[in-house]
Amino acid sequence: MFTAIEKELSYMKKEIILEKLNGIFRENFDDDTIVVSEKTTASDIDEWDSLEHVNLMAKIEKEFNVKFELREMLTLKDVGEMVNLLEKKIGV
Amino acid sequence: MLDALTYPFDGSQIVAQKRKIKKQLLGCDKPIIKKNVAILGGSTTSEIKNILELFLLKDGIQPVFYESEYNRFYEDSLFDNPELNAFKPDVIYVYTTNRNLKNVPDVNISAEEVKALLNEDYCRFEQVWMTLRNKYNCEIIQNNFERPLYRLLGNRDCYDIHGKTHYIYKLNGLLYEFAQNNEWFHVCDLDYVSSDYGLRQWQNPRNWYMYKYALPIDAIPYLAYNVANIIKALYGRNKKGLVLDCDNTLWGGVIGDDGVEGIEIGEENAEAEAYAEFQRYLKSLKTIGVILNIDSKNDLNNALKGFEHRDSVLSKNDFVEIRANWENKDRNLADIAKSLNLLPESLVFVDDNPAEREIVTSQFSDVVAPKIDSVENYIQIMDRQGVFETVNLSDDDRHRSEMYQKNKERQVLQQRFTDYGEYLRSLEMRAEIVPFEQMSYGRIAQLINKSNQFNLTTRRYSQEQVEEMALSPDYITLQGRLIDKFGDNGIVSMVIGRIVENECLVDLWVMSCRVLKRNLELAMMDALVRECQKRSLKKILGIYIPTAKNVLVKDHYETLGFMKMQKHDGDITEWEFPLSSNYVNKNTVIKVN
Repeated sequence: MFTAIEKELSYMKKEIILEKLNGIFRENFDDDTIVVSEKTTASDIDEWDSLEHVNLMAKIEKEFNVKFELREMLTLKDVGEMVNLLEKKIGV
Repeated sequence: MLDALTYPFDGSQIVAQKRKIKKQLLGCDKPIIKKNVAILGGSTTSEIKNILELFLLKDGIQPVFYESEYNRFYEDSLFDNPELNAFKPDVIYVYTTNRNLKNVPDVNISAEEVKALLNEDYCRFEQVWMTLRNKYNCEIIQNNFERPLYRLLGNRDCYDIHGKTHYIYKLNGLLYEFAQNNEWFHVCDLDYVSSDYGLRQWQNPRNWYMYKYALPIDAIPYLAYNVANIIKALYGRNKKGLVLDCDNTLWGGVIGDDGVEGIEIGEENAEAEAYAEFQRYLKSLKTIGVILNIDSKNDLNNALKGFEHRDSVLSKNDFVEIRANWENKDRNLADIAKSLNLLPESLVFVDDNPAEREIVTSQFSDVVAPKIDSVENYIQIMDRQGVFETVNLSDDDRHRSEMYQKNKERQVLQQRFTDYGEYLRSLEMRAEIVPFEQMSYGRIAQLINKSNQFNLTTRRYSQEQVEEMALSPDYITLQGRLIDKFGDNGIVSMVIGRIVENECLVDLWVMSCRVLKRNLELAMMDALVRECQKRSLKKILGIYIPTAKNVLVKDHYETLGFMKMQKHDGDITEWEFPLSSNYVNKNTVIKVN
């Protein structure tokens, strides 16, 4: 019972983080049709190349008020991993 | 939204919204010139290019970019580079940082060895500049070097010959010496920009290891802005004067209410000191050619009393145009511009009251009105507008205020005459009209790039192109200096004619608006005719290309007796002047040479 609530809370947190990330992506690519999910990767968004990736990371750090360590940044594979990392960093 | 690019700006916001901002910039219907800008980088430059584009577009320059591959600045410059050759750069920006230095002095080496290392690093760069210059004959912008990431010797690092801090300091010194001797070479003061931003934030090793960016992403707009200011200044986008409010801008308090003894200026308290320092800053702007004017809601006598305050740094004589009345400020500004023969957008409006700034900028969207808030910040905010970037400092700049003052005296004299011709004769004018002289190339390029009103074709040429035309037998070039009993106006007019078979095509005809209605254009015409006759040419062909700013010279050729030829699709008109041996000089009031 208790774990079920915990699961639900964690799910809500992820939703909130994802929504905020979505806003950052839309602003960065000036495209309001973008919808990111946990499965989204760089290959899903045309203009998301390595150079844009740098900008996105800088903006995410600023918006969530966190600093990623070098090692953390190297391991990110998709948006879902970013959500997990942010969840851990902001300690919600 | 263009507000987003106005200092003080938010770097991270600019990066995040660059696409949106660019769309808006491209959407404004503004006259634009195209310039080819090559960025040769020693690290990643992609976003620097993107943001630089925004700042240039904002001031009417559309850059076309060439970007070197990652860290190929050296190879791209020195070796055969067909792509860059075809690109024909107007400006090359060499973006290097202390990450691109080859050597670091070891603590065990001798002073001579340190010198040799320095020399090796420096020569590598000098080789880059000289090769680029010889190949492309363009303007070159080079970063100096920022302070290092760490100080091996602690504080000693800055003065010990083995310290990297000291090494960079020495290297920058060599760079500055080169800049002092080469007018086409401009230093982008990365050392200042990084310090200003905060060195600890600037030195972002993570960005280096991951992306090979030698600066943080959020700092890119500050660097790009700094580079854009240099390029803007090279192409005549600098402002020419300030239009200043008085109460709470030049002194604290309201002189009409508080009286001259009641205003804050001088050394008496913190606020008074801040205003005095701001006045000193304005006075020094005057020395680099910025014209000071007053636009104040006050009775004239009250406003002037402020400058009689014993601690006032500025005096009445520091200003060229003074409007202290109850008229709207935008109207006063327009009136000041008109009296100076300048466009309103050449002026910067300085007023502590946001409502007044709003009135002015809503009337004149291209007038810069810095958002000054509290007096202690006035200087910093003004200084970082980048509108008085001094890429070169000519004699003309140093004496500009004086020359405008003299124009006021001329106006007073003019009022004593009912006959304009009589007034002109009383000025005892003398002109020197000669082909472009080497020592004047800089001033001529400045005149070409700054003149918008008395400019028949509004073509822009760099100092290098000026030099080429001066030395080419295919061109007739003439520069005109005007002197009268009030003083020397400097070189204020120029004509370039291209010789095609037995005709002279007037490519460019420019005159400073400081000397309008003095018949100098007639004297220039006479000189042009003589030069054509020397070459046995048959015709002079003129063309008028209208812009938003040059309606003043719409009838220029007609007035000089040219005949109108066919009309183009646009409003461009072409004119023809047959040359005959019985040409009679048009100018009768200026003694020439």
